[in-house]
Amino acid sequence: MPPALPSAARASNPGATLIDALLSASAAGIIELLSPYPPGWGGTLLLGLLHSIEIAVGATVLGLLIGTGGAFGKLYGGPVVRDLLAVYTTVVRAVPELVLILLLYYAGTDLINQALTAMGYQRVDISGLAAGIAVLGFVQGAYSTEVIRGAILAIPQGQIEAARAYGMSPGLMLRRITLPAMLPFAIPGLANLWLIATKDTALLAVVGFYELALATRQAAGVTKAYFTFFFAAGVLYLILSLVSNLLIGRVEAWSRRGMPSLKDAR
Amino acid sequence: MSAVGVATVPSGKAQNSAAEAIHVENLHKKFGQLHVLKGVSLSARDGEVIAIIGGSGSGKSTLLRCINCLENPTSGIIRVNGEEIKLKADSHGHTVPADRRQIERIRSKLGMVFQNFNLWSHMTLIENVIEVPVHVLGVKRDVAIREAEKLLARVGLAEKRDVYPAYLSGGQQQRAAIARALAINPRVMLFDEPTSALDPELVGEVLKVIGDLAREGRTMVLVTHEMKFAREVATHVVYLYNGLVEEEGPPEQIFGAPKSERLKQFIRNIG
Repeated sequence: MPPALPSAARASNPGATLIDALLSASAAGIIELLSPYPPGWGGTLLLGLLHSIEIAVGATVLGLLIGTGGAFGKLYGGPVVRDLLAVYTTVVRAVPELVLILLLYYAGTDLINQALTAMGYQRVDISGLAAGIAVLGFVQGAYSTEVIRGAILAIPQGQIEAARAYGMSPGLMLRRITLPAMLPFAIPGLANLWLIATKDTALLAVVGFYELALATRQAAGVTKAYFTFFFAAGVLYLILSLVSNLLIGRVEAWSRRGMPSLKDAR
Repeated sequence: MSAVGVATVPSGKAQNSAAEAIHVENLHKKFGQLHVLKGVSLSARDGEVIAIIGGSGSGKSTLLRCINCLENPTSGIIRVNGEEIKLKADSHGHTVPADRRQIERIRSKLGMVFQNFNLWSHMTLIENVIEVPVHVLGVKRDVAIREAEKLLARVGLAEKRDVYPAYLSGGQQQRAAIARALAINPRVMLFDEPTSALDPELVGEVLKVIGDLAREGRTMVLVTHEMKFAREVATHVVYLYNGLVEEEGPPEQIFGAPKSERLKQFIRNIG
């Protein structure tokens, strides 16, 4: 438990709560509450944000790997691979993410432990971070598959054909031609997925993973400064999105380096 | 490339001593029910310039694309540089190359130039030209760049080396594509209607480059609609009609004294 705060102590008295809420709205009170050092709760929020970013980055990377493999499987795989991938993308995109998270988190960790005990190993505690990345990455993978598949289909076929005609192996073609050529078509969709991932991390609060939403709820619950903390969390999510947009904009401009700007074509 | 080729370009038929660079025998290609090639044979010796002409749907592009297995032939024999391309039937009964490494190796000796240029849009011209030498053939990057600069200068694009293809005219893109093909030092160059996608005023600059290559003895197989050009540069002309070789011979004979009624008609219509 964090150290008891004056406001938290007073909050036990219902009569004082209103006054406290008003007080907490004052600038000095807010700064004190949001200070990154105890007794302020800013550090808690920032730690939650860090965990959220870790999960989002991990899930997006995992999702991109699954998505790239999935897209190629759907486009070039045999009938069995294609059917399996169709089931994967359909089911994952049909079921609400919250339900999937609960299902994969509890069922997933349980299955792993059952498998471990069956093989004669000790049960393990699966870290919230690993489980969160795995669960969200699995969900992201389904959406990424479709985004990347569409982007690969948008590559002018002649460029792929030229790569074949010059004797490129499938791996080389993927690395040198297909991936860079599909990137400009994939980035808007993948940027959406990244922003969704940053906010989907909040869903992991239901399984007790300590990320920004849970940290905020804890801070707000203890101090009763609900508005202050949820507003602060909102600002943190907003900053994360704005910074992301800035970086994504640069990556997109780089990926479109060979394409004339549409502005010039107006 | 070879001394023999330089000496024999004008004569056309007298180069049987040169090695056979491409040999196609009894080639069939079906797209589903559509029988596009019905047993075509073709031979290109070192230094020869083979022009394939024919109407739309005659199978001339398909024939060219079968040589490097961009289209897999349904049956027939293809030998490049004396090496026969190994083919096998896949699980659907389609014929596919049996040995991926073999077909990749053979392809890397054939410089293909496409109707729509097909330059890689995320690479500048110099990057396009060095891509295959560096990543497929294992040439050192600085060596490849020096070579590529010479080739770009040769097709008149030296000052465009760091420009992306989308910022160039069709004629410039096609000349860059020819430089890309030359960069692999190809045994044979394959041209698939290289001027068909160009504005009329840009055709000349591309034909000039191809003509220069022909005159210096490059072995080429050229699918074209430019009859005047074919007559000037080809050592041997093949007229395809409906998936079969209707008539073939030196250009003077094909254009000057055609025997087949269909070829006469074709030349009348196109001229």
